[in-house]
Amino acid sequence: MARNVDALYIFLLIVTGMMTLLVFSFLIFFAARFRHRPGVRAEQIEGSTPLEITWSTIPFLVFMVIFAWGAVVYFKERTPPADSAEIYVVAKQWMWKLEHAEGQREINELHVPVGRDVKLIMTSQDVIHSFFIPAFRIKQDVLPGRYTVEWFRATKPGVYHLFCAEYCGTQHSGMVGDIVVMEPAQYEAWMNGGSTGPLSATGEKIFAELGCSTCHRTDTQGRGPNLQGVFGKPVQLEDGRTVTADENYLRECILDPGAKRVKGFQPLMPTFQGLVTEEQVNALVAYIKSISATKPADGAKTSASAAAPLAEEKVQAHGSQVQ
Amino acid sequence: MSMEIAIPQPVERENYLNKKYGVWSWLLTTDHKRIALLYLLSITFFFFIGGFFALLIRLELLTPAGDLVQADTYNKLFTMHGMVMVFFFLIPSIPAVLGNFLVPMMIGAKDLAFPRINLLSWYLYVIGGVLMLHCMLTGGVDTGWTFYAPYSTNFTNTKIVEAGLAIFIAGFSSILTGLNFVVTIHRMRAPGMTWSRLPLFIWAHYATSIIQLLGTPVVAVTIVLVAAERALHLGIFDPKLGGDPLLFQHLFWFYSHPAVYIMILPSMGVVTEIIACFSRKRIFGYSFVAFSSIAIAVFGFLVWAHHMFVAGMSVYAALVFSLLSYAVAVPSAIKVFNWTATLYKGSIHYDAPMLYAFGFLGLFTVGGLTGLFLAALGIDTHVTDTYFVVAHFHYIMVGGAVMGYLGGMHFWWPKISGRLYPEGWARLAALIVFIGFNLTFFPQFLLGYMGMPRRYYDYSHMPEFQVLNVLSTAGATVLGVGYLLPMIYFLWSMRYGKPAPDNPWNAAGLEWKTSSPPTTFNFEEEPVVTWEAYNYEELDSPDKDAPHSEEVPVAR
Amino acid sequence: MPDSTAVLHQEEDRPELLHHFADAEQQRDASSLGMWVFLATEVMFFGGLFCAYLVYRRWYFGDFAAASKSINMALGATNTAVLICSSLTVVLAVWAAQTARRTLLLVSLAITMLLGVTFLGIKGIEYRDKFVEHHVPGASFSFEHESIPGHPGQYANPRHAQIFFSLYFVMTGLHALHMIIGLGIFLWLLIMAWKGRFTPEYNTPIEIGGLYWHFVDIIWIYLFPLLYLIDRHP
Repeated sequence: MARNVDALYIFLLIVTGMMTLLVFSFLIFFAARFRHRPGVRAEQIEGSTPLEITWSTIPFLVFMVIFAWGAVVYFKERTPPADSAEIYVVAKQWMWKLEHAEGQREINELHVPVGRDVKLIMTSQDVIHSFFIPAFRIKQDVLPGRYTVEWFRATKPGVYHLFCAEYCGTQHSGMVGDIVVMEPAQYEAWMNGGSTGPLSATGEKIFAELGCSTCHRTDTQGRGPNLQGVFGKPVQLEDGRTVTADENYLRECILDPGAKRVKGFQPLMPTFQGLVTEEQVNALVAYIKSISATKPADGAKTSASAAAPLAEEKVQAHGSQVQ
Repeated sequence: MSMEIAIPQPVERENYLNKKYGVWSWLLTTDHKRIALLYLLSITFFFFIGGFFALLIRLELLTPAGDLVQADTYNKLFTMHGMVMVFFFLIPSIPAVLGNFLVPMMIGAKDLAFPRINLLSWYLYVIGGVLMLHCMLTGGVDTGWTFYAPYSTNFTNTKIVEAGLAIFIAGFSSILTGLNFVVTIHRMRAPGMTWSRLPLFIWAHYATSIIQLLGTPVVAVTIVLVAAERALHLGIFDPKLGGDPLLFQHLFWFYSHPAVYIMILPSMGVVTEIIACFSRKRIFGYSFVAFSSIAIAVFGFLVWAHHMFVAGMSVYAALVFSLLSYAVAVPSAIKVFNWTATLYKGSIHYDAPMLYAFGFLGLFTVGGLTGLFLAALGIDTHVTDTYFVVAHFHYIMVGGAVMGYLGGMHFWWPKISGRLYPEGWARLAALIVFIGFNLTFFPQFLLGYMGMPRRYYDYSHMPEFQVLNVLSTAGATVLGVGYLLPMIYFLWSMRYGKPAPDNPWNAAGLEWKTSSPPTTFNFEEEPVVTWEAYNYEELDSPDKDAPHSEEVPVAR
Repeated sequence: MPDSTAVLHQEEDRPELLHHFADAEQQRDASSLGMWVFLATEVMFFGGLFCAYLVYRRWYFGDFAAASKSINMALGATNTAVLICSSLTVVLAVWAAQTARRTLLLVSLAITMLLGVTFLGIKGIEYRDKFVEHHVPGASFSFEHESIPGHPGQYANPRHAQIFFSLYFVMTGLHALHMIIGLGIFLWLLIMAWKGRFTPEYNTPIEIGGLYWHFVDIIWIYLFPLLYLIDRHP
C-alpha cells in the first residue's frame, strides 16, 4: 500500500519538478536576456489566445491524470478487504486503547502479524483524534459518536511509529505509540501469552447481562429483531428507508434505538447511552458479527433467518464512513 | 554674538499627510489614504506579535523534548500565531493598506464610496484586535486557529468565546472593506475608465472583495454557533447530544478555504503591477489574467472539503472535491505563465519591488505545485496534518502573499510617503527574506513526508527529525532579520529619505498622476481616461517630455 | 479647474451631496448598490444556519416534526402577517418620500415601527412560552413523551429535539436582533423625516432602509414554514 503512495509521490515529484524547471528556466532566461539595455525598448505584446488555451489545457490534462491516479490509490485505501482481521480502537485524550477480536488488549501499541490484512474499527471517547502510521502512509480521523475505518497490510517486520494526527489538547504530541509487526510464529506466541478470550465472547456475556436476549430472541417471537445473520445485510426501516447493518448501524441501535427502527417492530428498546462504555459497544458489535451468516470460523451458525423482512434489491450503501 | 542664518527650506506642497496635524485629525479622518496608514500601523503591530509567537514555536522545536515551554503554552502559541497572522495580518494586509490607498486613485476617484464606513472598518479591526490581545494576555486559546469541535466546544477551558468575538468583529471589518471596494469599483470609475482599462490590481481586489463579502459571514455564524454551544450546551456539534462534529468542519472550511484566496489574490494584483512596470510593457494576456482572478474567486468556493479528506467524509464526496481542487489550480497556473510571458521582450529593471516579484514567482510556483500533492487523494491521506501542509501554506502565504505585500510597499512607498527608500538596503532585505524563507520552510516538506505531525510540541519519539527542525529554526531567524530591515529603513526614509518625484518609476496608472504624496482629494480635476492600461509604450516614447525619459525607471 | 466658490455653492445647495461623489446620481447608485451588497452578505450569514438546519432536519425528521408541533403556529402566522403588512407600509413610505407626501411618510414610518414592535412582542410571548415549557436548550431542557406526528406510540428523541430548539432560538434570535437594528434605523429615518430632510430628489436613506426591512421580512418568510410547519397536517 505504501508503495503505491510513494509511486504516486515520485510521479508528482517528477511532474512538478519538470514544471518548476520549465517555469524557472524561462524566468531566469528572460530575466537575463531581456535585461534593460539603454536604447532598447520593450515590445508591447497583447497576448496570444492559442498560447493561453495550450497552457491551460495541457496542465489541466496532467492534473486529471494525477487526480485519477490519486483517486485509485485512495479508493483502495478506503476499501478494506473482506476478510481482514479486525481490531477495535478507542481513542481518548491522550492514549490509544486497542482490542483484538481475540481479546488481547493493548495500550498505545498494536501487535500485528506480517502479511495479514488488518482493519481498524475506531471511535473516540472524547474529541477528534487521528490514527496515523507514517510508515504505512495511512491516516484516518477518529471521531466521537461513530466508527471510522482504516486498513493496512504490513509487509516487513519491525516497529513503526503511531502518531495522533489531529490536535486534541494538551498531550496531543504525547499520544504516540508503536505498531509492532511480527513474523506469524512470533505473533502466535504473543497472542497466546494471555488474553481475556475473544472479544465476541465478551460481547456475548454483555448481551446476556444487559438482558438483550430477552427481546432479541433467536426465533421470530421476540419483541426485537432476531440478530442471527443480520450483520452486513440490508435492513428495512419503519420510515421506509433501507440501510445496511454495518458497525455504525449496530452501534446506533444500541445507543439511539429510535433513530432507525426496524419495520414491523414496536419502539420498545431502551437506549443504552451512558450504560455501556465504548469498549463494551465494541464487544457487542463483535458478538453480533460473530453470529452472522458468513463466517463459520467464528463458530457461528450459518442460519440466515433474519427477522426483519428484507427489502427490495435497492440497498442504501451506508458504509462505515458517513458522508 | 553671531547671527544664525536660516537656511531656506523648499516650500512643502500641501498633501494628505500635512493637511491637518493632530491625533484627532487622524483618528476621525475619512481620507482613504490616512485610513490606509492607520491600518499599516495596526497590521504591522500584529505581524510582529504573530512573528514573535512563530519565533517561540521554532525555538521550542530546536530540540525534540518539550523543554522551552509547557505543552499547554505551546498549544496556545501555535493557536495564537495562526489566529493573529490569518485574521489580523494576512486578511487585511494588502486590501486594507494598499487597496485602501490605491483603489480610488487607480480608478480616478476622490475617495472610496463610503469613507465613513471605511473608518468604521478600521475601528472594528482595532476593537477586534484589542479584544484578541486581551484574550491572549489573560490566558489565550489552545484549539489551533481552526478551533475544531468538539474540542473547542466541550473540552478546552481556554477563552474561546472572547477569541471568537474578536475574530467576529474583525470579520465585519473585512466585510465592510469588501463592500466598499465593490461599490467603488462599480460606481466611481472616472469617465473613460472602462472595465477593460482597469489595472489588474483592481480586478484582483474586486475578486477578493467578492470572497470577503460572501465567505466571511459564514465563519461569523459558525463562531456564533460555537459560542452558543459553549455557553448554553446546545449540542449542535456534540455527538453525545445528537450533533455532528463534521458539520462544524464544513461550515468552518466553507469560509476558510476562500479565505486563503482573500490572502493571495491581492498579492497577485500587486505582482502584476510591478512586473508590468519593471518590464516596461503591458501584461501578456490581460483578459486572461483578469478573468482568472474571478475564476479563482468562484472556484475557490467549491473546494472547501479538500481539508477533510481523512475527516470521515464519504469517498464520493472526496472524489468530487479533489477534482474541483485541480480545477482551481488552473487559473493560478495561467497567471504564472502570463507573468513569465510578460518578461519576454521586456526591458527589465531589478529594483527592489521587482526582486520581490521574482521571489513571489518562484515561491508561489513551488507552493502552488505542492498543492497538487495535497489535492491528490492518495497522497493527502499521508501528508495531511503533517508539516507538509504547514510548508505548503507558508510557501503561499509567506513566500507569496507577504512577498507581494513587501514588493507593493516598496513600489508605492514613494507615492505613500513622498520619500524614496534606500535601494541598496531594500535589495539586501529582499535577498535575506528569500534565503531565510526557503531555509525555514523547505525542510518542512521533508519533515512532513517523513511523518512529523503538525502541532507537536515534543517530538522526542522521533529524534531523527531534529536536524531538519534546526535548519528550519535557523532559517526563521534569518527571515526575522529580513523583515526587520524594511521596518527600519522605511521609518528612516520618512525623515531622511530623498523626496520622491510624482512618478519615480515612470509607471502607468492614474495613481502616478497624483503628487507624491497625493493631496487629500487625489486629483485636481477628474481625469478622463482615453488610454488602455499599461500604456508603457507611450510612457517610454523618446519624444515624451518626461523627467527621466532617457533612463527609466529611476528612483534614486 | 473648479474654483472653490463653485464647490461651496454646490455644497450649500445640496448639503446631502457628499464631496467625494461626482454627482447626486452617483451617490444614490452607490448607496443603493452598497445596501444590496450588504444584504447579500446577510443572506450568507443566515445561510450557514439554514445549512445546519437542513442537515439535521433530514437526519431527524420525526423529532423535528414533533418539536415543530410544539411551537405556536398561530402566533407565528400572526407574526408573518404583521411583517408582510409592515413591508407594505415601508413601500408606502418610500412612495410618500418620492412624491413629497410628508404626512403619509411620517405615518407610514411610524406604523412600520409599530408593527415591528408588535412582532417583537409576539416573539417575546413565544419565547416565554418555551421557557415555561422547558423547551429552552440547556440544563433544564425537557422533551419527554412527545409523540412524533403520524407515528402514534413513537416518541421523539429529546436530544434531537434539543437540536431543533437550539436552531430555533439561534435563528429566530438572530432575526429578532436584525429587527431591533431595523427599528433603530427606522427611528432615525422618522426623526430625519420629521426634520424635513427627505425630498423627491433626495430620499435614498428611506429607499435603502426599506430594502433592509424587506430583507428582514423575507428571512422571516423562510423561517416561518421551516420552523413552524414541519409535517403539519390540516
